[in-house]
Amino acid sequence: MRELMVRAMYCEMLGYEADFVYIHAIKLAQQGTVLEKRVGISIFLKQNMYYLQDLQSTNLIEVCMALTVVSQIFPKDMIPAILPLVEEKLSHPKEIIRRKAVLALYKFYLIAPNQVQHIHGKFRKALCDKDPGVMMSSLHIYLQMIKENPASYKDLTGSFVTILRQVVGGKLPLDFNYHSVPAPWLQIQLLRILSLLGREDQSMSELMYDVLDESLRRAEMNHNITYAILYECVKAIYTIHPKAELLEKAARCIGNFVLSPKINLKYLGLKALTYVVQHDANLALQHQMTIIECLDHSDLIIKRETLELLFRITNAQNVTIIVEKMLGFLRLCNDDYTIIDLVGKVAELAEKYPFTIWFIQTMNVVFSLGGDLMQPDLPSNFLRLFADGSESEEQDRQLKLYAVDSYLAVLKGDCSHLPQRFLQVISWVLGEYSCLKEDVDQQEVIRLLKKLLEQRGVSSETRSWALSALTKLCKGPGYAELALELAESLSSSLDTVLRQQAHELCLLSQDSQLHARVLPHPAPSDNLEVDSSLSFLDGFVSDALAAGAAPYKPPHQRQEELSQQRALSLEPYGLSLPVTMSSCTLTDRQSPTFLSMSSDLSVLCVCSANTLMLEGVKRVWGKDGYIPQKEPSLTPAAVDEPSDVVQSPDQQGAAETSLPEPEPEPPQLDQEKQQLASSLFVGLGSQNSMSLLGKTEVAVPRFRRKARQHESASTSGTSESSSNSSHSSRSTTDSFLYGGLLEEEPATPIQNSYHTLNSTSENEGAATVSAKEDKQANSSQILGKSIVSQRNCSKSLPVAFPHSSDSMVLQLPSELQELPHSDVVSLTSDPHLSVSCCRVFREDALLLVLLLFNPTETALRDVAVELSCEEPLMLNTEEYGKLWLSISNDVKQNLKLLTGGGDPLRATLNALKDSLQLHIVDIIGSEGIVACHLLRGGPCLMHCRVHGASLAVWLRSPLPSLPDCLLYHCQRALQEH
Amino acid sequence: MIKFLLMVNKQGQTRLSKYYEHVDIGKRAVLEADVVKGCLFRKKEECSFVEYKDYKLVYRQYAALFIVVGITDNENELSIYELVHNFVEVLDKYFSRVIMFNLDKVHIILDEMILNGHVVETNKNRILAPLLALDKMAES
Repeated sequence: MRELMVRAMYCEMLGYEADFVYIHAIKLAQQGTVLEKRVGISIFLKQNMYYLQDLQSTNLIEVCMALTVVSQIFPKDMIPAILPLVEEKLSHPKEIIRRKAVLALYKFYLIAPNQVQHIHGKFRKALCDKDPGVMMSSLHIYLQMIKENPASYKDLTGSFVTILRQVVGGKLPLDFNYHSVPAPWLQIQLLRILSLLGREDQSMSELMYDVLDESLRRAEMNHNITYAILYECVKAIYTIHPKAELLEKAARCIGNFVLSPKINLKYLGLKALTYVVQHDANLALQHQMTIIECLDHSDLIIKRETLELLFRITNAQNVTIIVEKMLGFLRLCNDDYTIIDLVGKVAELAEKYPFTIWFIQTMNVVFSLGGDLMQPDLPSNFLRLFADGSESEEQDRQLKLYAVDSYLAVLKGDCSHLPQRFLQVISWVLGEYSCLKEDVDQQEVIRLLKKLLEQRGVSSETRSWALSALTKLCKGPGYAELALELAESLSSSLDTVLRQQAHELCLLSQDSQLHARVLPHPAPSDNLEVDSSLSFLDGFVSDALAAGAAPYKPPHQRQEELSQQRALSLEPYGLSLPVTMSSCTLTDRQSPTFLSMSSDLSVLCVCSANTLMLEGVKRVWGKDGYIPQKEPSLTPAAVDEPSDVVQSPDQQGAAETSLPEPEPEPPQLDQEKQQLASSLFVGLGSQNSMSLLGKTEVAVPRFRRKARQHESASTSGTSESSSNSSHSSRSTTDSFLYGGLLEEEPATPIQNSYHTLNSTSENEGAATVSAKEDKQANSSQILGKSIVSQRNCSKSLPVAFPHSSDSMVLQLPSELQELPHSDVVSLTSDPHLSVSCCRVFREDALLLVLLLFNPTETALRDVAVELSCEEPLMLNTEEYGKLWLSISNDVKQNLKLLTGGGDPLRATLNALKDSLQLHIVDIIGSEGIVACHLLRGGPCLMHCRVHGASLAVWLRSPLPSLPDCLLYHCQRALQEH
Repeated sequence: MIKFLLMVNKQGQTRLSKYYEHVDIGKRAVLEADVVKGCLFRKKEECSFVEYKDYKLVYRQYAALFIVVGITDNENELSIYELVHNFVEVLDKYFSRVIMFNLDKVHIILDEMILNGHVVETNKNRILAPLLALDKMAES
């Protein structure tokens, strides 16, 4: 039987399904002898029911086997059942059982850290166990825990140092030695722990210096495993707080590695060097000749590792030569994964030091080599950089001309083998900038683009890029014929996008005025306004609805309904009924989408804390489409902002001077290498060894420029408006969720508003507060996000206060009093300040009037009002579970996970918590539950599970559209992160 | 962290595979073929570490048998390289003959040495202790 099992195992290993054997394996595990049992379980680790009885067995071997299996694969929900048994084994007299028990606990810790929280004390006991094996296994747990939270284990540093000292000193029994090195893997493990503990912590690092020094000294034997220890040592030395003497020794160590004739050591040396140059670029200088040799090494892996190293030491002066080397490697290599990685790195380097002709050349090579494998955001990044241009007009123009020239040359040749992405980039650049070049006949450009359009083997996506380029070029009456011809040939195309574009082309080419309006030149690169709510379609929708069309349902709702039709409905009907139309209380809005969103409104009314203000939002889409936008008056701000300079002129100059390649004139190979070295390592001297770090930040402002400009505008706006008053206080109204509810309305209201409250200081009794709604500040604040508006329509609403401070009756400003409005509701008050609010329904907006009232003698200074209509819902897991079951409206969606730094789930949820005020109920393993509720409204529960690189979110709430809103805001919050 | 361990013969047939991270059975065959291709055709004087997707492969050849270990980038390649040797030494110590038909025992040895992708035991006597005890029980 056992034999058969082994064979079945072999079959499965070869990739054949062998499910049918499982049941026999289970039988074997139940009945057989211990060895057979082990085989039965270990092969098909699917059944876990036998551990319980085995763990209670008195037979040592059975217990041992059971523990081994437990620590391999174990279902999370069984942990509570088995935990006491395992814990008990921690104090077993036999070391092997204790060891296995610790390992089983390690497994538990991995799959459910919070379930073993209470036994941290026992881990410490295991660490101090008299048997080195038990201590060793406990290190796994500690490594994991310290990785997650180094701060709370600092007190153990001393113990780890002592252990390492004992191990290095050979205090362990002889059978732990491997090739006469005492417990090398244990040493490596300890070094890792120490480097985690000593990172950025001088006092802890000081404890370690001696023992690290000793490890370096002891590991001077000529054996692979000692080198492995040395490598770990060097890494540790460079991770912890630096000490000059040790750094020097470590550097020497690395030197030995790199210079070693053994190729594996060389590889490890390069890897160590790559790690180390991030801290000290000078080290690369010492080994430059070796690095050059490695660059020409016959083994691709070594080459690759060297390039990785060079990538880390790139600066403005050596970037050209390094990029050239990388491109050379790219041409040789044929592995997709490597290509994607390298292409990304080259592009990153090129973008960091842009705006020379070299940049265009490099990117061209990148596009033609990387082709369609590369990350999809590369081409668009390139185009954005390209469109933003450089600081000097003239240089910018020349560069664009150069690009146009080179692309025309490319298109004139045979372009059937070029990757689609490259063709798309070419089409865009030609469409946008070929008119800069006067001496080129536009006809020629058009002919080439047309050729591209008609060429075989070009994807329809590329075709549509080419076609939109043609659309941009075809202005003026001379092209009508051509446009007509194109439109005709494409109007029968199977691709609807192409068909539509052809149609547009046809219409635009006939009307040059429309052409100029739709495709202004030069294209405003980054301040296009998009009305995401599609309000201009309102009329169309209402007509359709009037004609009897069904109202729009979001996809998930449709799906839900479909599934409800198919399956038996187990929910009570009342909960999932569609929202009634009657809850609409606003009379002056006719939008049909609004009706369908009335459920949102009911939520809105419950919270009743915000305003719909429309005049701040610029209407971008009119009845007949896009309304061309006036050039924003803010553009000059971009020019005279010196911090935006992407590359300071001297750096740029340096980059250009290093452009000339080292000519291989001298016959000696050595000299050639010397020269290569000098060009590779130029600028790595001490004075700018930090240029790496400096550089990474440089590219960022380029993309932020616009946002910052608006910010500056907003601050100036507020300061102007408040300059005439003696005391100005600014209050930020922050009501994101609320805004989200409103945002699904056809016309987007402004969510965040700045109120500038001007209060007069020498005021007897009640203060007269004039609330000035500064729309400009208001709108520019959200500019950084997505909705854009620049119209300044500030107006001030004087608020009349009765002078009797005891009666809290507040009145609306006179011009609002005639409008329909709700009662003035007192929100909150204390002896110093009372806050009331009132909703005013205007024809085009819902205004929220906030009334701040100060009954005391003192003047108001700095009143910060923070409005939030959603707040964390404090629940525990149990309540959460009950609530979850009682709610029926589901929304499921995948969100992206935040990466980098610790546990991605925790990081993501914390980010959401910070920005959206959610309450994280619990995080268990890869799942987390989160809750929040609307003020005086319903709760919303969120269940998150890490699924690969994304976060699968499942929301439930009794309010039908709350989950959608919340989801939307989660996405926004994550994007902004 | 160790992701998987393979024993492959010179013809590229898998003799033993152990995964420390779940991979679908269907995908295993493809992965193994790729890995074998990446390692078998390398020359003796070339580096024993290969990059494959986001793994690093560490391989070592013993006569006609290749042992390939897939690890993550933060693992110490050389220590894994030596771990393989340690593993082979343990096998050597236990088996006098072919190990092909004792697959289950190799698995038991491997489980003693590597758990959840981490090296847990390298002391030869301790690795073999449970197995020897099992053998003794089977005999009696």
